[in-house]
Amino acid sequence: MRKVKLLGLCLLVLLLSMALVVGCSGTKDEGKAPEEGKDAPKEVTVDPNYPSSPITYLIPFDPGGQSDVEARRQQPLLEKILGTSVIVTYKAGGGGAVGWSELVNHKPDGYFMAGINVPHIILQPLSRDNAGYKTEQIEPVAFFQRTPVGLAVQKDSPFDTLEEFIEYAKANPGAVTVGGSGTFSGHHIAAIEFEALTGVTLTYVPFTGAAPQMQAFLGKHVAAVMANSDALVQYEDSMKILAFGGTERFEALPDVPTFIEKGYDMIPSIDRGVAVPPGTPEEYKKKLSDAFMEVANDENLRKQMIEQGFVPVAMDMNEAQAYLDEMTKTYTELLESLK
Amino acid sequence: MLENFVVALGNVFDPVSFILMLVGVSAGILVGALPGLTATMALAILVPFTFTMPATTALMVLGGVYVGAIYGGCIAAILVNTPGTPSAIATTFDGYPLTKKGKAEHALVAAAYSSSVGGLIGAIILLLFSPLLANVALKFGHPEYFWLAIFGLTIIATLASKSIIKGLMGGALGLLLGTIGISPIGGDMRFTFGFWQLQAGLQLIVALIGFFCIPEIFNMVERTMEKTKINLFKHQKGVAWSVIKELNRKPMLLFRSAIIGAFVGIVPGAGGNIAALVSYNEAIRFSKTPEEFGKGTIDGVAAAEASNNSEVCGSLVPLLTLGIPGAAPAAVLLGALMLQGLRPGPELYTVFGEITYTFLISLIFANIALFFLGFYGSRFVARVINISPAYLAPIVVFMCVIGSYSIRNNMLDVYIMVLFGLIGYVTRKLGYHPGPIVLGLILGSIAENGLVQSMLMGKAQGNMIAMFFTRPISIVLIILCLISAAWPFISDKRQRKIEEMKKRLEGETHAN
Repeated sequence: MRKVKLLGLCLLVLLLSMALVVGCSGTKDEGKAPEEGKDAPKEVTVDPNYPSSPITYLIPFDPGGQSDVEARRQQPLLEKILGTSVIVTYKAGGGGAVGWSELVNHKPDGYFMAGINVPHIILQPLSRDNAGYKTEQIEPVAFFQRTPVGLAVQKDSPFDTLEEFIEYAKANPGAVTVGGSGTFSGHHIAAIEFEALTGVTLTYVPFTGAAPQMQAFLGKHVAAVMANSDALVQYEDSMKILAFGGTERFEALPDVPTFIEKGYDMIPSIDRGVAVPPGTPEEYKKKLSDAFMEVANDENLRKQMIEQGFVPVAMDMNEAQAYLDEMTKTYTELLESLK
Repeated sequence: MLENFVVALGNVFDPVSFILMLVGVSAGILVGALPGLTATMALAILVPFTFTMPATTALMVLGGVYVGAIYGGCIAAILVNTPGTPSAIATTFDGYPLTKKGKAEHALVAAAYSSSVGGLIGAIILLLFSPLLANVALKFGHPEYFWLAIFGLTIIATLASKSIIKGLMGGALGLLLGTIGISPIGGDMRFTFGFWQLQAGLQLIVALIGFFCIPEIFNMVERTMEKTKINLFKHQKGVAWSVIKELNRKPMLLFRSAIIGAFVGIVPGAGGNIAALVSYNEAIRFSKTPEEFGKGTIDGVAAAEASNNSEVCGSLVPLLTLGIPGAAPAAVLLGALMLQGLRPGPELYTVFGEITYTFLISLIFANIALFFLGFYGSRFVARVINISPAYLAPIVVFMCVIGSYSIRNNMLDVYIMVLFGLIGYVTRKLGYHPGPIVLGLILGSIAENGLVQSMLMGKAQGNMIAMFFTRPISIVLIILCLISAAWPFISDKRQRKIEEMKKRLEGETHAN
């Protein structure tokens, strides 16, 4: 009898604690994929005193990563401008897809936003059967940081220039290995774009993150890398950077030519920004966008970013939407051409 | 270097920094003891608070938390059979049987002592040899990762000493579970069954809680029927010192485990869980009484704990010298270093030598502090098992739910945890140990990544066989795999021979 009682008690606690957790998480419809026609803007009454309670800032990656570092940098400034506390939380997984799926299913009450990355939010829905969200569902509020992607080889590599690299790769299709972080990620699409523009065939080797990628590169297990600007700046002494993404030369690496200078029209980069759930009132978006613009133009913050190898940008909600649309078009066409 | 060393020693004894470091170790132990709260999470939460501190103080606190959290994982492992952090998986194998025998204090003291000794050895290795060892980390390429994972899988033979077939089936299940999510090459979704949350794959900690903790709750419930309670904990004078004396008689056990831990730590991507499992396996292989393992021997606890704490320092080797974190918590430390304006590399040992050496020396003291906290704390902590199951079981259920949810704020993880718990309970009744399942889950993705990356590289080079079988470190690992896989059969034969000899001797004496 006691056994049954205790089992019952355990079961009760199990259900109660689950209910508690669900209550705290505040999201409904978990587990269900977004359905067609369901994502029509939900009615939210606009509060003139917005924001009047704390705002959640979701990072769809692990704590300690670059997105987190950036959010932590912005947090105190945002709190001052918005006059309310900003709570940074994490929901990592699927290269960000799990967090973004949560974003598009969240109540559009203005108190929830998430960090977004281009090209991730474009490529995942394109390359997966059910990424849990669609690119159109993501409503960007701002972009504040650009991480250009560059092509580098080891210091003692036989290639000194991009031309030599391309020439060798053309003569030996598939023999040159290029390491990058992830599949259908910023690095992967940069490699695909490079192949399409130059007509070479590379062997792209995906790694589970920037750390194992750079380890394999420094250990000479791959011949080249498509790497983020911060990694290029960090390991500048042990590599030759052949070309760099960007419309102009990078402040921290003034001697490195851009892909455009070399005649290849590509500006591979990873852009960080922030977005709100679909249907969030324009007034709220505007307020958040203005706050992020003020933060993005903070001199101290900009200086820190440049030192660490990032390019500070400041795109408000309209510019951000236009940029996202443009990149979506570019990448969709690029992936279509591969099929 | 000597100058830096002297200044650093002074910095370590700065009272504020030292006390904060002790607080860090204690907080780390607490976080580590709670299943679902990991060292990585504790560090990430702490990093913003260390912004305003001087670099030396910040690093001392963070180092203390890291060391403490990895040790803390053993407490839940020993007392309620649930690894508090993934690093403590191997600690459950002997730690919990000891508790069942009424020797919880033995296990806790053995864990504290061996963690501390292992950590000290690791810290000394880090202090003296890190630039040298950084090259080892770089030599590790894709084929080496593949063979390392295969070597890890051969441990199944040891873990499943009762039935190799059941062990292999468990391992295969683990490998299969490890394929859930997005494939590393090609980016296809595998086994997600329409749940977008499963894109992220299974979370190891969720599986751990499910496989280890939930079946234990069922056991607690079953035990309430029997009048005989499990041995209550009573503090006995002299137990602690006798455990330490016994471990001191086996210096090789601790030393070997610490070296294994440091080495696994240096290799980026393989964490404390693998370090502890490999070292546990080697402890059995070298032991004169291998049959005692798994039934509650302090040697098993010591092997696991010495290596996972030594792994902490090992994981800092590639971090400080190359800027590549050797384990997940070390990645957070990298962020902290960068924010303090310290760029990993040779500069850390020259320009910023004072700060770096302060950090390294503080790790030695953190490991010493760990011993005293663990030694004196264990007699209080161990009383947890005296709580009546009627209270303890619901509390543990509650912690399981919170723990598996908080790891990545995902409700699906809670459902998966419960599901795995039920599977774990049934399979345990059928004689399947959860060890091989978890091992498969941990190593599956490392093996898969290594395999496909090597195949891509081999294809680019035009020689697949050379890629896998001719690289020097790979050859060593392949030999280790073969020895390890054949070992159970060899040792079985040896065992039988010894028994035959005994019988013959007995027969002769009877005849006389």
